[in-house]
Amino acid sequence: MSNARVETKLWVWQRLSAAVLAVCVIIHLVVIVYAVQDGLSAAEIISRVSGNFLWLAFYSVFVIAIAVHAPTGIRTILKEMTSVGPGATHMIMATFSLIILAMGFRAVIGLFNASIIG
Amino acid sequence: MSNSIKVSVWRGRETGEFQSFDVPRQPSQTVLDIVTFIQRNIDPTLSYRFACRVGMCGSCAMTVNGKPRWTCRTHVDKVVEDGEIKISPLRNLKVVKDLTCDMTEFFDKMNKAEGKFHPTKTRNDDFDVVLPDDPTRQLAAQGIECIGCAVCYSACDVVEWNKDYLGPAALNRAWTLVNDVRDGGNKERLTAISGDSGCHACHSQQGCVKHCPKNLSPTRSIIGLKRATMKAALKGEI
Amino acid sequence: MKIAGHRNHAHYWAFILHRASGLLLAIFLPAHFYVLGLAIEGEAAMDGFIRWTDAPLVKGAEVILVILLAAHLTGGLRLMALEFISTSESSKTAVAVGAGISLAVGLAFLFNVV
Repeated sequence: MSNARVETKLWVWQRLSAAVLAVCVIIHLVVIVYAVQDGLSAAEIISRVSGNFLWLAFYSVFVIAIAVHAPTGIRTILKEMTSVGPGATHMIMATFSLIILAMGFRAVIGLFNASIIG
Repeated sequence: MSNSIKVSVWRGRETGEFQSFDVPRQPSQTVLDIVTFIQRNIDPTLSYRFACRVGMCGSCAMTVNGKPRWTCRTHVDKVVEDGEIKISPLRNLKVVKDLTCDMTEFFDKMNKAEGKFHPTKTRNDDFDVVLPDDPTRQLAAQGIECIGCAVCYSACDVVEWNKDYLGPAALNRAWTLVNDVRDGGNKERLTAISGDSGCHACHSQQGCVKHCPKNLSPTRSIIGLKRATMKAALKGEI
Repeated sequence: MKIAGHRNHAHYWAFILHRASGLLLAIFLPAHFYVLGLAIEGEAAMDGFIRWTDAPLVKGAEVILVILLAAHLTGGLRLMALEFISTSESSKTAVAVGAGISLAVGLAFLFNVV
């Protein structure tokens, strides 16, 4: 794929993921502010999301959108503010994306399966 | 109002130093008047550029107290700080000597951005009819007043951070041609302006808009290019 | 701090905030996912960590993180509004409004968390 095509597609994907994240972040902020009232606890978090398919779907979409958005943003920072070359930048982006997906889904699925007895 | 100004002027090339001059203050004095006074009455070795001195050619652009401006259209009263003014050549361009900079890179990027007309007709063909209220003509008209003075190039941080970035002026020029119905080079042009250091590198910081002496908006043109490349990519044209 | 003359304007600050908040959030994310993942080890392990976050310094950091998230969101909305809606002068007001909203969200979090 030509450079022009790559740059244009990355730009489009960054805006698409941003639009998805705008919705996710607003919901997330509302949930956070509501959840920390009267203190935060694991029991409260688990009781809200465990076994709940809606939250599972929501947070799955959230994680995927971040896995697209965050590395693309870091890529620009690397290009403008460091001397890291294009090959290395690509590796860093890909690795970061995989880390987000792995750790993110570990958390999402972990919370979905968690129980309060433990 | 004191009757003299302390003026610091850059002397040298990439390395050099600021040299101080005391210049008598006059009513309605411009920064170009100051530089001219220094060169004619104090130090004839000072190098600087100017031409029309009435705000039409853009040749006298320099950095005045940190901001890129046309010195012929900058009144001393507007910029003097505690009786002092600091003058240096435009940022982001190589210094030839003192206050003159090398504009080669600036114009090279106009070429790289395909900021040049690709004709589609010969003298034997009929004229294209382009009406003034034609929407694409109006989009082009918003940007064609650019005279290539490099003030926007000098104000742009992305130009400083990404040495290959085409820059606001070149991209603005490309946008005016994208909207020119007589031009036949859009495929090459959209490819040229969306590479590694093209329109997508702009963060809409709008330093260019803030400093353009002709009140143009290269940011608006670049956003137009972003939308155009998106459509072209979706259609498989780039 | 003396800022370079050509940089002292609203959209430059909006850009700086957007970039700084994005970078800090990206660094924070793996830690955030790790803590949430503690739920796999059971409620007690996760609660143990959450108790640690009761410390005032950590609460303060959390307030800042919430503000950063809201700020990054409003900065992104500014950019998307410019790119997909309009580049008129009212965008400078939008920057100010965005900054105000971020702060309000942070304060809402602060008042609920202490």
